[in-house]
Amino acid sequence: MMISLGRTVAALSLALFLFSGHSWSIAAEGAITAPPISSIEQALGQVASEDESVRSAAIRLLIEQGDVSLVPRLEEMRANASRSIRQAIKPLMDLLKNRAKLASPDSDVRRSAATDLGSSGNPSVIPWLDAARVNESNKWVRYTMEESVTLLKLASDDPSIIAAAAEKLGELGSQNGVPVLKQLVAAGAVAEATEQQKTVAMAAAAAIVRIESWGAWSNAIETLFRGISLSSILLIMSLGLAIVFGLMGVINMAHGELMMVGAYATFVTQQFFTAWFPSDMFDWYFPVALPVAFLAAAGSGFLLEATVIRFLYGRPLETMLATWGVSLVLMQAARVYFGDLTAVVAPGPLRGGMQVLVGVYLPYNRIFIIALSIICVLGIYFALFKSNLGLRVRAVTQNRNMSACLGIPTRKVDSYTFAFGSGLAGIAGWALTMVGNVDPGLGQNYIVDAFMVVVTGGVGKLAGTIVASLGIGGLNKLIEPSFGAVYGKVFILVMVILFLQWRPSGLFAMKGRNAD
Amino acid sequence: MSDGTADKNRSGGMAFWAVGAILLVVMPLLNILPPEDSWFHLSDFSLNRFGKFLAFGILALGLDLIWGYTGILSLGQGVFFGLGAYCMGMHLMLTIGKESVYGTEMPDFMVWNQVKELPLFWKPFYSFPVAVIGSILVPMAFALVFGFFAFRSRIKGVYFAIITQALALVAWLVFNRNDTNLGGTNGLTDFKQVIGYRLSEPSTQLVLYIITVLCLGASYLFCQWIIRSRAGRVLVAVRDSEKRVVFSGYTPANYKLFVFVVAAALAGLAGMLYAPQVGIITPAQIGVLPSLEMVIWVAVGGRASLAGAVLGAVSVNYGRSVLTNYFPELWPFILGGLFVLVVLLFPDGLIGMMRKAKSLLSRSKPDGGKPVVPAEKAAVLEGKR
Amino acid sequence: MGGNRLCLLRKLPCWRGSAEMAEQSSFQNSIIYLDGVTVDYDGFKALNNLTFMVDYKELRVVIGPNGAGKTTLLDVICGKTKAASGRVVFGRDVDLKGKHEDEIVALGIGRKFQAPSVYGFLSVWENLDLSLKRSSKGVFATLFGKSTADERVRIEKNLETIGLKDYAHTRAGSLSHGQKQWLEIGMVILQDPSLLLVDEPVAGMTDEETEQTGQLLQSLAEKQAIIVIEHDMEFVRQIARVVTVLHEGTVICEGSVEKVQADDRVREIYLGRQKVAH
Repeated sequence: MMISLGRTVAALSLALFLFSGHSWSIAAEGAITAPPISSIEQALGQVASEDESVRSAAIRLLIEQGDVSLVPRLEEMRANASRSIRQAIKPLMDLLKNRAKLASPDSDVRRSAATDLGSSGNPSVIPWLDAARVNESNKWVRYTMEESVTLLKLASDDPSIIAAAAEKLGELGSQNGVPVLKQLVAAGAVAEATEQQKTVAMAAAAAIVRIESWGAWSNAIETLFRGISLSSILLIMSLGLAIVFGLMGVINMAHGELMMVGAYATFVTQQFFTAWFPSDMFDWYFPVALPVAFLAAAGSGFLLEATVIRFLYGRPLETMLATWGVSLVLMQAARVYFGDLTAVVAPGPLRGGMQVLVGVYLPYNRIFIIALSIICVLGIYFALFKSNLGLRVRAVTQNRNMSACLGIPTRKVDSYTFAFGSGLAGIAGWALTMVGNVDPGLGQNYIVDAFMVVVTGGVGKLAGTIVASLGIGGLNKLIEPSFGAVYGKVFILVMVILFLQWRPSGLFAMKGRNAD
Repeated sequence: MSDGTADKNRSGGMAFWAVGAILLVVMPLLNILPPEDSWFHLSDFSLNRFGKFLAFGILALGLDLIWGYTGILSLGQGVFFGLGAYCMGMHLMLTIGKESVYGTEMPDFMVWNQVKELPLFWKPFYSFPVAVIGSILVPMAFALVFGFFAFRSRIKGVYFAIITQALALVAWLVFNRNDTNLGGTNGLTDFKQVIGYRLSEPSTQLVLYIITVLCLGASYLFCQWIIRSRAGRVLVAVRDSEKRVVFSGYTPANYKLFVFVVAAALAGLAGMLYAPQVGIITPAQIGVLPSLEMVIWVAVGGRASLAGAVLGAVSVNYGRSVLTNYFPELWPFILGGLFVLVVLLFPDGLIGMMRKAKSLLSRSKPDGGKPVVPAEKAAVLEGKR
Repeated sequence: MGGNRLCLLRKLPCWRGSAEMAEQSSFQNSIIYLDGVTVDYDGFKALNNLTFMVDYKELRVVIGPNGAGKTTLLDVICGKTKAASGRVVFGRDVDLKGKHEDEIVALGIGRKFQAPSVYGFLSVWENLDLSLKRSSKGVFATLFGKSTADERVRIEKNLETIGLKDYAHTRAGSLSHGQKQWLEIGMVILQDPSLLLVDEPVAGMTDEETEQTGQLLQSLAEKQAIIVIEHDMEFVRQIARVVTVLHEGTVICEGSVEKVQADDRVREIYLGRQKVAH
């Protein structure tokens, strides 16, 4: 969505530019010698001709020799021409416009222009693409230009060129080429096919195999990426849950709603920025929202601990029920106050994505979440193993009574740790605004999976949570394409239950006499 | 057997028959005898609604066995309820026959989904006895398999609660799908008749109500029998100290499995009675939230008290139907608040409050005497676990 | 049998490892025989290649400083903890390794825990009734089972033995600490085990209670083997015939109280610190 928005903006500014009457000269055009004015003028005159042969000759000439400066005049002619003429002029204008776009400063615009030209089926635009490709700096725009050129070559009359183009498409792994290649294969399969058609068909078939096998690879890579991305979300969510569970033996059923608090805090920060700050500072709302989300969730968690959980110490099942009640209240409060659907607009740098391989496109927001989860893990690692509070947390986790005897204020440790875990939920909520809407049910979408992560990962070790999130997130996305999300969930539940047969207290259970 | 058990007060038995008489005789008579505009008249709608609450009471009994007495929190009771309700619902769908919107033998939603032939697992449900037995046996079988794996590997406490919650989520997702041929999001509805009686007739509903009361009574006595047997004490012992139970020579896993399966059977029975009385069963009744709500019924009524479980189911649902009518936006707040309040301040629920009031009254009498608290009930007062 | 064993032990210098003793005496006579058992808690060896045996109808006291592996020893025998290596043989030839706790209980091993572990929400009578040895403790047996007159008599007698006759219908949770200890001992007795594992039975008891407990254990030892873990040396002296000293997961000494107390190493690691330990 972001991309198409960007494109629209670019196209609009381009249009403005065009209509301001600026004369256009395209850098890549330099090589082509300007044709005599008269022939263009003559062709322009003939474009509107009733005689079809005259008209198409004129259009051909204009494609070969014209440029985008003709567009306003063609527009004018279209305005008072007949339907058939309007239809004839339209593709010409599109071609000319796209040609101009090949020189746009925005690589996305250049790329989509190249794609459009490639699907125009008009081989006479090949020189434009070839010329543009020479100066193109972006690898993926160059790739698309080459792909488009090759696609256009398929329309050639020369079987050897077609066969070569088919092979080239296979080499490029071009998914766009598959429909045309399939036509070629079909044409070679009919009884009356010529020898040449059959040769072309063979080349096309070989290319399809190649493209499809690459397609399978790129799908696998994207699936893996989606799996890791989901795992990261689960990980950020589960870390807070797992630490609190390890420390206090308490599962906070309102953890998802603390995440929701973080997401709404981000939303509110965004609204604040739109209302009070100049629009060029808009992107800054996002980093500002991080501490806001953390503190909002941590504060809510602190309150929750102080007013509810503290009184249920040693009664984990009651704690679950009470926190679930809190989650209901929070959800309904959000629904009443914010309504059902609100969204956060991603800041500029997180919009779009990057292409790493043919057919493999990694959105920036997902990469951001993966990076964030790594930072969180590192941060927690340092907090737990290098800080004073961390030492106390670990001590209380291992032996509460002994720690109390040693003068560690266990109540305070509980309280701060709970707030910290809740703050992590807030960070998860902050990050989640980048991949979905902000709605009251936000927490519920992931929470059961996060619980499963905690159960599978066991308590007391960070590694358990990390491995379990990777496993559950990965499995989810692995199964989804072939069996659907629902059966993926069924499968994961079955897997978790079977896993617990083998390891009843999770991956990395604590051993020793305090184990139960 | 009575030697060891601290004496059950006789009034408990009296109260059972008194309440039974009210439910079974007085309520139906109030429905039939007084004229419609009379102050004492109980409308068909109210009676039917009350029948639904009593069906929930049966479920609550099972949940109380497993949670209140054995200390195992199952957040997946809605699944077993749903299985029972769907078994009966499938039969009711099939008996609609040509009265359906599309006028075919096939259930409407299948016609809509372009299912050409009735799926195989639907076919046994043409038979009413199969539907009745199935709505109890299917949840039991399911609980047996799930419980076997869960208890065998000693999944307990919080872990068990989470796993059963995941079960509820998964079941909800599966029932929501169209390709499972269970009616998708819309569920099973538009029932017309049950063994030839029109469901729209008040007399049919009255009979269903009476059947529900009888089932509730039977379930109550059944649960009471379990609780008062030595096995019932093993269940309490499991809640108390599972380690000790093992070293007393019992296998806790078997007892847990037993009580889990019994609870599933009762939930299935409740579902079976629910479907024809309410006339619709959808996945919305079996997910994570409904399953949790069931737990709160028991908590509100009073854990480890069978009467409390029923009382909780009826009162929470009554409150719900009144409040959602007038303040729909408020209900989630109230429900959430109930969760917190009951757990924090009234761990013994309504029954606990009633007992407390009673003991205060008896203490104020000159010869108040020592309050005789049977062990199993005193268990609740401690509010442990 | 027990007498022979004692003579044998007395002939041995105390410092000699018990593995050697195992080779010299036939373990055919032992009710429990641990052979080279190691228990590893994440690198910490709670039991380290431990060899240990107890005869039928023997009353054995195991002492040792904190962390010596005393409780772990009981855990291994009753299946609560799995040994990383070694054998645990019950009676003539029953290998306990890999058996579940409930199976081991059914074989005839009873255990009293360190912290009193009774069913607080059940009455004293119910506690005892549940512990009573019965042919089946399956779900359906307990569901339909009725107490026989004989069983009732046994429970009554037991109540007298443990001095809780007046408390039969009291909730166990409201008993005093010492009463709970006694109740648990009573529960284990009713299980009628051939091997009784008792972890610190007199912790928190008055002197009088302690003495009564000692007498009770001694009278029980006429019928069954008992392993007692204890810190209280006064109590140990009262009941012990043979004392085993554990240190860092291995047996360092075994013999009569006098012998053990005379041993230099034991003095060094244990007796010198005995007062501190408690």
